[in-house]
Amino acid sequence: MIDAIFSALNALAAGAKFAFSPEGLPNLVMIGISLTMFWLAIKKEVEPLLLLPIGFGCLLANLPLSDVMDKEGFLRVMYDMGIGNELFPLLIFVGIGSMTDFTPLLARPKMILFGAAGQLGIFLTLLVALLILPYIPGINPAQIKETAISIAVIGACDGPTVIYVSNLFAGLGKIDPSMVGALAVAAYSYMALVPIIQPPIMRLMTTEKERATPIPAAKNKVSKTALIFFPILVVVLTGIIAPKGLPLMGSIMLGNFLKMSGVVPRLTQCSENEIANISTLFLGLAIGGTMAGQEFLKSQTLMVFALGLMAIVVDTVGGLLLGKIWYRLSGGKMNPLIGAAGISAYPMAARIVQVEGLKANHQNHLLMNAMGANTGGQIGSVMAASIMLAILKGMGLI
Amino acid sequence: MDNTTFGLTMLLVGMGGTLLTLWILAILIGWLTRLCDTSKEGGKP
Repeated sequence: MIDAIFSALNALAAGAKFAFSPEGLPNLVMIGISLTMFWLAIKKEVEPLLLLPIGFGCLLANLPLSDVMDKEGFLRVMYDMGIGNELFPLLIFVGIGSMTDFTPLLARPKMILFGAAGQLGIFLTLLVALLILPYIPGINPAQIKETAISIAVIGACDGPTVIYVSNLFAGLGKIDPSMVGALAVAAYSYMALVPIIQPPIMRLMTTEKERATPIPAAKNKVSKTALIFFPILVVVLTGIIAPKGLPLMGSIMLGNFLKMSGVVPRLTQCSENEIANISTLFLGLAIGGTMAGQEFLKSQTLMVFALGLMAIVVDTVGGLLLGKIWYRLSGGKMNPLIGAAGISAYPMAARIVQVEGLKANHQNHLLMNAMGANTGGQIGSVMAASIMLAILKGMGLI
Repeated sequence: MDNTTFGLTMLLVGMGGTLLTLWILAILIGWLTRLCDTSKEGGKP
């Protein structure tokens, strides 16, 4: 009887014993990280929609002897349901598409070129990652290319794209699956930090005179027919050039097509609200579940965060460089700041351009032009990822 | 293919491909908006 009581008490104390043993230390660190995520989300309002579920999933996965990510564990079921098969990022894209208004872009089509320049960070970071990763301990030499691509895609400034691409590789056994959590957290963290990252680069790369450049007000009227045909046009072009990216581009354009058709308000509202919200919650929890201390606390995670920051910085530099070239070629008729809006962080990047433009010239309203570049950045980031996947397929890597 | 060659190929073809595709898209959008003129049907303000 006494033995049975001791055995039962021992079972109850097993979690506490594990938590304070050397093996449990990484889990304690991760619990600290999940509490930091709660603090950032609640007190600082940094991406609360994502950081709260990710932080909670992380907490659940790191509690001593937790089995939530074991086979049949509830976070594992959620992971298999929508991350393992890349479904949740695509459903979120349907929601993003139905929330996005491409009118400013259709009124100023050339602004989409900023959306291309704003992807420079992806490709330059890829090159740097390929040079650095062989020297990072713990990275499988056979997985360097795919690991580098997964990190570089943080430059898309687009959480669902990062999760889609990295999980595609994880599913094929070409990257360590535990990296998906770090990549997602880095992507969403840097998206939230865009208002802190971009302004110093914008001021450093442009002169006061350039920042004060007014852009003539353009019409912001686009016919409804053009807005309806636009998503079809983008999907067809993607299908012809980079069919591997059709799930990504197709889902974002489906959401936009529903919205612009104007005949399915229930589906549009459902995409904007229920589908996007449920997918975000499940995606966040499942990603948090992958952040078990023993898997997360590695040198690769630090590398993900360092190279991810580089990708976002180079994106901004790329957009600003095109802005400066455009400024010169047009004889001072383009404000180079617009280039910084060519990343996918929508509508944050456009608002930053408006604020920085107003600081240099109180009469300078750049918002609508910046919105054009910013929506161009949304398409540009998905197109860049699609083209990357198409090239990889051509090379036989996927 | 070694890592440096792979990275340079991706930089040139990937970045070039993205720029070219979006430039084509800009031209197509221009045609689309001219084809669907707002004055004929009343555009979105």
